[in-house]
Amino acid sequence: MNEMDLDPLLLSRLQFVWVIAWHILLPALTVGLASYIAVLEGMHFATGRDVYLRASTFWIKIFSVSFGMGVVSGIVMPFQFGTNWSRFSDVTANIISPLLAYEGLTAFFLEAAFLGVLLFGRNLVPRWAHFVAALMVAFGTLLSSFWILSTNSWMQTPVGYELIDGRFFPKDWWQIVFNPSFPYRLAHTVVAFYITTGFVVVGVAAYLIRGRRFVEEGRVMLSMTLWLLSVLVPLQILIGDEHGLNTLKYQPAKLAAIEAHWDTGRRVPLTLFAIPDQTNETNHYSLDVPVLGSLLLTHDADGEIKGLKEWPADQRPPVAITFFAFRIMVGVGTIMLAILALSWWLRFRNRLYTANWFLRSCEFAAPLGFIAVLAGWTTTEVGRQPWTVYGLLQTVDSVSPSLTGTDVVISLLGYIAAYLIMFPAGFIIMARIVKNGPSASPAADAMVEGGRPQAPVRALSRQTEGR
Amino acid sequence: MTMTPLALDLVPVWTVILGLGVCFYVILDGFDLGVGILYGFAPDTPARNLVMNSIAPIWDGNETWLVLGGIGLLAAFPLAFAIIIPAIYFPILIMLLALVFRGVAFEFRLRDAEHKTFWDYGFCYGSALATFAQGMVLGAFIQGFEVQGRHFTGSSWDFFTPFSILTGVALLFGYSLLGAGWLILKTEGEQQEWARSLGRWCLGGVVLAIGIVSIWTPVMNENIANRWFSWPNIAFFSPVPVITALLTFAAWRSLNRRTEIAPFASAVGLFLIAYLGIAISLWPMIVPYHYSLWEAASAQSTQAFLAIGTLFLLPVILMYTAWSYWVFRGKVRAEIGYH
Repeated sequence: MNEMDLDPLLLSRLQFVWVIAWHILLPALTVGLASYIAVLEGMHFATGRDVYLRASTFWIKIFSVSFGMGVVSGIVMPFQFGTNWSRFSDVTANIISPLLAYEGLTAFFLEAAFLGVLLFGRNLVPRWAHFVAALMVAFGTLLSSFWILSTNSWMQTPVGYELIDGRFFPKDWWQIVFNPSFPYRLAHTVVAFYITTGFVVVGVAAYLIRGRRFVEEGRVMLSMTLWLLSVLVPLQILIGDEHGLNTLKYQPAKLAAIEAHWDTGRRVPLTLFAIPDQTNETNHYSLDVPVLGSLLLTHDADGEIKGLKEWPADQRPPVAITFFAFRIMVGVGTIMLAILALSWWLRFRNRLYTANWFLRSCEFAAPLGFIAVLAGWTTTEVGRQPWTVYGLLQTVDSVSPSLTGTDVVISLLGYIAAYLIMFPAGFIIMARIVKNGPSASPAADAMVEGGRPQAPVRALSRQTEGR
Repeated sequence: MTMTPLALDLVPVWTVILGLGVCFYVILDGFDLGVGILYGFAPDTPARNLVMNSIAPIWDGNETWLVLGGIGLLAAFPLAFAIIIPAIYFPILIMLLALVFRGVAFEFRLRDAEHKTFWDYGFCYGSALATFAQGMVLGAFIQGFEVQGRHFTGSSWDFFTPFSILTGVALLFGYSLLGAGWLILKTEGEQQEWARSLGRWCLGGVVLAIGIVSIWTPVMNENIANRWFSWPNIAFFSPVPVITALLTFAAWRSLNRRTEIAPFASAVGLFLIAYLGIAISLWPMIVPYHYSLWEAASAQSTQAFLAIGTLFLLPVILMYTAWSYWVFRGKVRAEIGYH
């Protein structure tokens, strides 16, 4: 193959998309699951009811598979900054590296040390210590989200720096950490992770109820999680709205791309659907609602929204991707809200656990959160283009200068192969854990986990295969 | 936020922190990667279960030091990170992919019974490949890199030389020796004898590798030769080979006797002295032969902002890491606790 055909920049971007898109699915699950497990452990600790222990032990198994995958796919991430984005590292290290380092120092070690105790230590430490371990793991996942989103937000809305010889130097750490988009992004993302986990739990609970073998566990999971989601999903819509206002203020070009809005104006319509045409700076087949755009985005019917033509063509993000990704995210949110509305009605009619069609819908809704997370992440990251540090450092100036296209083709193929083995295998394993359901005697199960014996596990799996 | 007085030079502080971090990583993940390599030599499934169980609760924390090492380098010496990491593009790739398979093997092997053999291989070859890649990184580091201005300007294949292959093999023996030491600590009877006999082979390999690297390095690089053999350095540094010889002797004796702690301790000792040897050869360079620690350092404010938290957090981390080791203390048994 001709070396000229392979662009190390494009390939490096594809590689980053590939490794981070898979990776983000795992925190999307484990951040919420860690908190859920801590709640279940706490409920068991407080009430002594066995059903919470059974539910907790069941979710710990799924957590441990997904967390292991999260760790190994997560270790890949910081090295990407060096292998493929060394110029970005050189230029921004003074600002972003302490944030990343604090993530490692505060979160990773906390998670890793207490995870061992959470997974294997139920019979080795006192009950309260096991509960503390669950709390610490959950706290660790939240700290990790804090620092990594602070880093990402600084790249979106950089403040508190000065530029000397083309490199960033810190001026005010408080401003850097709590940069303008950070509070909104943190709230929006963590709530998104909780909702993602919530729909997974609801889907699994519905499956367990329909299977009639683990109805008690299923009901507990379904009921508490639907209540939680009833708060979180409406809350998320409010946070998302605030996040949008923040984007309008600090990243107007991204917002214009989200709305596929080309000309600056007041009383602008809301484009529900269109095929954006980047070369001709227009939309085809657009379906508009008059004035609603200004109203939603500025909370004022007469509000001004800047169009993409305000920026030179080479400083606009890819419009179609940003536009559609945002609509997928909002669409998924709407479906979620509809499911919750149904749950309220069924609960009122006392049919929540018996309406088969609803339980089936819940099962299908299980992956919704992941779709929304990926779509939302695509919106914010593609919408930031062509910059890595918004308005200051272009993606094209961030890539490692020594790389050839062939180098990156090789590494990209390596990551594709590895992830196409690991992720499906992990998914099948988690599906199998769900199929087997919670264990009847979680205490004994925990001991089995601790020792990882050969014979009993084999016996167990043979038993389930025979079913 | 105002920081410490501007005059304070934090480079020595960060050199020590990063040096300690790399040291912790090499010893901690070193022994559990070594255990992963020896896993391939375990005679049967019960033995394999035992070998894997000996590190199951702690491997994840050990690997975290790798993240800290990588990000610590980015934070304290970003120029070194930006030059070295692209220069070792492929060893890093191999290491990361190998760690993926090795890391998930813990869970997948247990829960994916149909493909148990696949995950067994994943665990063993993953551990070995990750180790070999890290050894090659060390070799490439000692060889040095082609640099212009603030960028690596060589090819992504420059790392691949007979010398880096040698250091790769050397680390395979080294980590395996640490792993054997750990298994001697965590097992008893037949299994311990097995670990001891593997340990003796590994020690042989380690001694041979240290010997060859110690001759090859000064021959390859004049500066390193001068560093060691010029007067009065030769007098100051002569204890290094003497201590290495004594540690080798101690390791050999302990592998053949009943003592359980000494094999691991002397293996750690050998790593520390080899580490010191490399530091003596390259000091004060962080991008060998181009940039010193001071030239590659990040902004003073960056180092200060991170140092405040790190100096408080590192002892806390060491404390609860020690606690989690304490919870899983003692001999590991395949049937622990489930009768």
